[in-house]
Formats: sequence, C-alpha cells, structure tokens
Amino acid sequence: MKQLFSLERKDVILLVCFTAAVFAGPILMKPLGAGYPDLLQKFAIFGIFALGFNILFGLTGYLSFGHAAFLGVGSYTAVWTFKLLSMNPVPAIIFATVIGGLFSAVIGFISLRRTGIYFSILTLAFAQMSYNLAYSVLTPITNGETGLQLNQADPRVLDIAFGRDYGAVLPSSDLFGIDMTGWPGFYFCATMLIICFFIALRIFRSPFGMMLRAIKSNQNRMMYTGFNTRPYALAAFVISGMYAGLAGGLMAVTDPLAGAERMQWTASGEVVLMTILGGAGTLLGPVIGAGAIKYFENIFSAYNDGILQEAFSFLPEGLQHVFVSVSSLFVGEGWHLTLGALFMLIVIFLPGGLMEGIRRIQVLISNRFGSGGGGADAKSNPAPAE
Amino acid sequence: MSILSVKNVNKNFGGLKALNDVNLEVQEGTVHAIIGPNGAGKSTLLNCFIGRLIPDTGSVTFNGQSLLGIQPHEINQAGVSRVFQTPEIFEELSLIENVMIPAFATRDGAFTINAWHGVSDEGLLRDKASEMLADVGLAEKRHDIAGQLSRGDKRRLELAMCLVQDPRLLLLDEPTAGMARADTNNTIDLMKRIASRGMTMVVIEHDMHVVFSLAERISVLAQGTVIVEDQPENIKGNLKVQEAYLGGAHL
Repeated sequence: MKQLFSLERKDVILLVCFTAAVFAGPILMKPLGAGYPDLLQKFAIFGIFALGFNILFGLTGYLSFGHAAFLGVGSYTAVWTFKLLSMNPVPAIIFATVIGGLFSAVIGFISLRRTGIYFSILTLAFAQMSYNLAYSVLTPITNGETGLQLNQADPRVLDIAFGRDYGAVLPSSDLFGIDMTGWPGFYFCATMLIICFFIALRIFRSPFGMMLRAIKSNQNRMMYTGFNTRPYALAAFVISGMYAGLAGGLMAVTDPLAGAERMQWTASGEVVLMTILGGAGTLLGPVIGAGAIKYFENIFSAYNDGILQEAFSFLPEGLQHVFVSVSSLFVGEGWHLTLGALFMLIVIFLPGGLMEGIRRIQVLISNRFGSGGGGADAKSNPAPAE
Repeated sequence: MSILSVKNVNKNFGGLKALNDVNLEVQEGTVHAIIGPNGAGKSTLLNCFIGRLIPDTGSVTFNGQSLLGIQPHEINQAGVSRVFQTPEIFEELSLIENVMIPAFATRDGAFTINAWHGVSDEGLLRDKASEMLADVGLAEKRHDIAGQLSRGDKRRLELAMCLVQDPRLLLLDEPTAGMARADTNNTIDLMKRIASRGMTMVVIEHDMHVVFSLAERISVLAQGTVIVEDQPENIKGNLKVQEAYLGGAHL
C-alpha cells in the first residue's frame, strides 16, 4: 500500500491541488459563465480523453489521428452494457475501457509498424473505416445514422435480477439510485478524471514513462541500447486507447446514446488540438487544453448579435455597429474562427502550449519578487486545473 | 579466447564491394583497433556487428552466438554496446536520465512495463549512473539537458551510456573525432582505465596517436579487405600499410 501511493512531495501537492480544483469546478467556473453541469461534464470527459492521448503523443511522439474511434467504441460499448446488463454506470465504463483497449491493441499493432506521417495516416484510415462501418455495414450493432439508443424493451438482465424496474419511462443511468445527469453526473466524471490524472502522474514519473520519452527523443539509440521499442509504443497506444474508451463510456453515462459522428476524423483532430493547445508532454496541459476548447465551443458559439450589441452598448451607435459586425464573425457559428486564431497564436508564440505560458509567468513572478526559490521547478506549482 | 569472430564477410552496395572477404578475430579482454584510409569499409564492418547492416555472405559470431538476422536490441542484450561516429544520445533528456536508461535495459531486459513505481525510487541505479558520469568527467552537469552539451561532451556521455551497461564487447567508432587535443588525451586515459578492467573493445580510429596508445592488436582495412593484422609495433613499419595510407590504394 505504501508503494502504491509513494509520490514525491511536489506530486502530492500537485494531486491535491488538482483534486481541489476539479471538485471546486462548479464554483471556480461560475464567474466565467461555465458553472453548469453539462459543460463541466464535458470538461472532465474530454480532459480524460486528452490525458490519455497525451500519454501516446506527448510521451512517445507518435501522433495518432484516429483516437476518436476508441471514443466511439467506448460509447457504443457503454450503451450496449446499459441495454443488456444494467443502467449502473460502473459495468458500463469498465466494459468501455476494456473494449477500447482491445480495439486499440489491434489498430495499434498494425499502425505501429510505421512511424511518423505514415503512422498518422494509418490511424486516420482505421478511424475513418470504423466511422464508415458504424455508419453503414454495422447498423445492427450501431443503429447507423440514428445512433444507438436505449429502449424500454431492453433486457437489462442484472437490473431485472435485482428487481430494479424502470417502469414505462426510458431509463437514465444511475449509480445505485443516484441519477447520473446534472451535478451527480459531473462529480462521477470528475472522480474518474482525478483517478485518470493520478494514473497518468504515476506513468509520467515511472521508468516506463522515461522509456516512452526516450523513444520520442531517439528511437535508434533505444534499439541499440537494448530496448525493443515497439511493445513500449504499443503499450502507450493501448493505455491511451483505454482512456479514450473510458471517456466515450462516460459520454454515454451522462447521456445514454451513441452516434457514429463521435468517431469522425474531426473528433480525432480535436483531441490533437486540445493536447497541443494545453502543452503536449506536460501533465496538466491536455486537461487545460480540453477545458479551453470545450469552453470556447460552448460559450462563444452561444453568443449572438443581441448579446454583442448589449456588450458594446457603451459605444456611440456608429462604432457599436462596427464592433458588433466585426466581432460577430468570431462568435456563434463562427466560433471556429476564434479557435483557429487562438490556436495559431499559441503555436507561434507559445510552442509549448498554455503550460509554457504559465511557466513563463511563474519565472517572471519569481524573478520580480524574491530571488529565492527559482523558476526551474515550475511543475511543482499548482496551476488551475480547468 | 576469441569473443568476436568474423568469417569471410562480404557486403556489396550496388556495384561497390564495401567488404571483401573480411576475416577478423577479437580476443577477449583486448583492445582491437581497426584502421584504414577513408572508405576502407570500417564503419560498414561495425554496422554488420550491431544488426544495422546484414552481410551478403559470411558469418559474425559473438561469444558463440550468430549476430546475423537478430534484432539490434537482441545484440545489445547479448552484451554488445556501441558508440557512434555522430553521438546518438537522448538530446531532450537530462544527462542522468541518459545514463539511467541503458542501465534499465541491462537490468530489466528489452521490455518491461514498470509504470507503478517512480524513477525516484531507483536509488541504486541512479548512483551507478552518477558514478559513470563522474568517470567520464560529467558529474557536474548531470542535471543539464543533453542537447546543450558540446560535441566532445556528447561523445563522453555516449561512452558513459555504453559503459553503464558493463558490456562484454564495446564498439567505438572514432571516439575522439572532433575533439581538442586535451579532450583526446582525457578520453585516451579514460579508455585505458576501462581497458585495464578487462573490457573487450573494438576501436575504429583515424588518429594514430590514439590507436598506438591504446591498441593491443591492429587490423588494417583497405578497399574492403584486411591487408594486415598484427601487434602495433609491427604495424608501424609495415610496407603494405604505408602503401595503403600513402601510396596506391585510395589515391
């Protein structure tokens, strides 16, 4: 047990701060207009997705463009578990993680025969194949275009066995009587996020994590140093696939349906953006990146001309009109423009992502106030988690 | 006893005969130098030892085990480490990590998932790596990032990475190329110390000063063939060698 939790002091602080920040999310996010459960659930779920992706991309440098496939597989698995076994989220996410892992083992085994751009293309091809299969041929399993949904007539063997009857309404997922929508749903996802963060932390600090970083740095040297690099890369691929499967499962827990569009390449690209935006290879970066992108998606896409007019109402009418028409390009349907501009700015000025920005600010502060401490130990300083 | 035995090795690149019927025996516990003019096939030969190239014909046996057709990591696990002509190190990692990684390979084998304990728990391994860094004179810099080192320091780091594995056979491809005289002498001293512990080394080297201060046996390679193999003192006066370097062969 001691071995299990033997973390260095700075990592314990990091973990505690992360946990506090995640659980306090509803309060911290309120001033930003994001303090509602549906959005915070997304923060947590995509945080898990990006954390896992970062174990592959951030550590080994293998850029997968097909991770949404595992997300989709996780969702389908969870919904099937609901239909066949029980509306309890625990078996659903266990199966989602396991099946996500198995699926990624197969795709990873084949894709990892190549490196660099060819690896990326292979994963992209596999994900698009999965997407198209889910959309068409596999309709009996995925319910094609409509998406996989629950049905009153589903067997739910375990629920029946334990005498749980949902009556004439369409059931929603519940953890021993606690409904998994709204705030309880968020806290369930948040707990999962913290567990996933803890596991990622262990991997980052372990010899295994060090080997993965060494593979990214110089794969040739690894081979001539006596390491069989492919199983290492495959292990990282499968771990990240399990994270993706879990994230997909949680999506189904908070909203029990699964559609093929979850597997599309745009969804795969999104997790790449999240990781790079936050800072690939850093622990907190991907979680922050996931939060930032989901925040922009939800907040900026909700803005419309009315809100903008109100915001600029302090200006004279002519100016107000100009400001509204210019800024309306960046909100509502056009929020992708904001995201694109932000992404470009970050990649150009902060190639290490938002985490690099945080580190630079820390160095600036420690240089200005007191020479003690020193900015080298940036990671030990807790940063807001979401 | 011969630990590395190369028999009738041929390697062609298109029409070019890079290695032509090469035979070589390396005795355990000795420093064996391979010298020769540019393009003589020295690096090609070394690449055949570590699985980077596969000879067209012939055999390479290490400690009774054939090295042909097995993976580079298996060759290393069998006890062969190599220092490259251009240092192959982990540029983004710290020096101590650079040296700990090969130590893990030797201790834990080609693949193990040890994801549940921290690198910080590996005190013994870290000490061993620190010792090795001190041995090559890089103790002060052990927390620096390897990519920031000078070329000479990178070579020394790579040497430490190989030495920490305690290999049965150490292959060195021009270990002092591009080093200043003082650095070269330090490296010679270091290699003498290593040799005195009984480690078998095969050294490719241009610098005759290095060769004659280290080697107990010298093979001269010219145009893909071993023209002479003898003790250093006999090589100096050998007419064939002088011809290969100054006269005919490569001019």
